[in-house]
Amino acid sequence: MSFHWRWDFTFEIMPRLLWATLNTLMAAGLGYAIAMVLGLGLALAQRSRFRLLTLAVRELVEFIRSTPLVLQIFFVFYVGPQFGIRLSPWVSGMAAIGLHYSAYLSEVYRGGLASVPRGQWEACIALNMTARQTYLRVILPQALPPALAGMGNYLVGILKDTPMLSVIGVAELMQTANAIGSESYRYLEPYTLVGVIFLAISLPVAGLVRLFEIRVRRKLGMR
Amino acid sequence: MSYQDFLQTYAARILNGTAVTAAQFLFASGVAILAALIAGLGKLSANPLIRGPAVVYIEIFRGTSLLVQLYWIFFVLPLFGLTLPKFAAGFLSVGMNVGAYGAELVRGAIQAVPRGQWEAALALNMTPATRMRRVILPQAFLLMLPPWGNLIIELLKGTALVSLISVADLMFQAKQINASTYLSAQSFGTALIVYYILARFVVTPFMRWLERVMAQRLGRT
Repeated sequence: MSFHWRWDFTFEIMPRLLWATLNTLMAAGLGYAIAMVLGLGLALAQRSRFRLLTLAVRELVEFIRSTPLVLQIFFVFYVGPQFGIRLSPWVSGMAAIGLHYSAYLSEVYRGGLASVPRGQWEACIALNMTARQTYLRVILPQALPPALAGMGNYLVGILKDTPMLSVIGVAELMQTANAIGSESYRYLEPYTLVGVIFLAISLPVAGLVRLFEIRVRRKLGMR
Repeated sequence: MSYQDFLQTYAARILNGTAVTAAQFLFASGVAILAALIAGLGKLSANPLIRGPAVVYIEIFRGTSLLVQLYWIFFVLPLFGLTLPKFAAGFLSVGMNVGAYGAELVRGAIQAVPRGQWEAALALNMTPATRMRRVILPQAFLLMLPPWGNLIIELLKGTALVSLISVADLMFQAKQINASTYLSAQSFGTALIVYYILARFVVTPFMRWLERVMAQRLGRT
């Protein structure tokens, strides 16, 4: 092992790492899609009339948010087989990361829902709208735009948390770098390249999120 | 094996792991606060030789994953002749990672201190160092405490990753117990509950208390 950077080795492993990057992007995208849907459910459940449901969901969200994601990934992956349910690394990884971020996104949605003025709710009651109509046609279209900025930050967050999926063997970037390291006994290039690839993705995405945030704010007339 | 038996057999190991997690948490918090202060102040500096490194540190550590940083510091730094014991590599990585996020909080809070305070300090002929220490930082500290509360929880969660370079923390013990007993629900479930208790009933109340005390000391109750 030496600290000499070998370019030939770099070019040799680059295709493998770039393929793995696709897996990383797919994991982030899938996990985020699950989180968006599940998070909305968690946010709406906290506005329910049933006190017990509201309290239980509130506590669940706090629990998910204050325990480590890597532990949750292990939990989902290993607890199923104990009761006879076998989940593949991908399925359990997506479930864990989706659930984790749904708790964060539910907080963002909650903020958005709270920002809709009371009068809008009252107007819906006055117009005799059903709960479904109220949410779909009046409340959510107004609640989602202000929440978009917060949602963007978690998109970057979920991308940066995908390396944790390597602990259960999902073949994303980190796992591939580990594999290359243990085959060739060279860790300098693979681990450094993983860092560079992450920077190359997350810096532009974070920049785009910031631009998007400014545009949404302008559209809503809040400068 | 009932859950009670499980606890009786493994309580000692789980408690040991919790102690290591607590130590990692405390050391990493120290590193994070120090790094956040230096980089946050550095980013506000007019001197590009100070601002540049601060910006580079913040962007690199915020732009990549904690796990990547941890592996890099533990596996790659030794190739440059800097070998860290795993315990130190663990809390340094977690601390440096969270410090980069904290630096933005420090910068934001310092900029949020009202202009009048800066002008008053200038009018009193204070040196820049005195102004920062006696006037600006105490007020900035109060402003940034609530977001630091969230960040410190993230730090506690981040310490679970040090188990991957085999620091014997709570997460590591849970993995070991799981590997030898196959009681996954019990071992990982117990660890989840311990992390939850630490976050919800130890760290969060402490941060709330700190907010109250600081507000009182600045006469803003």
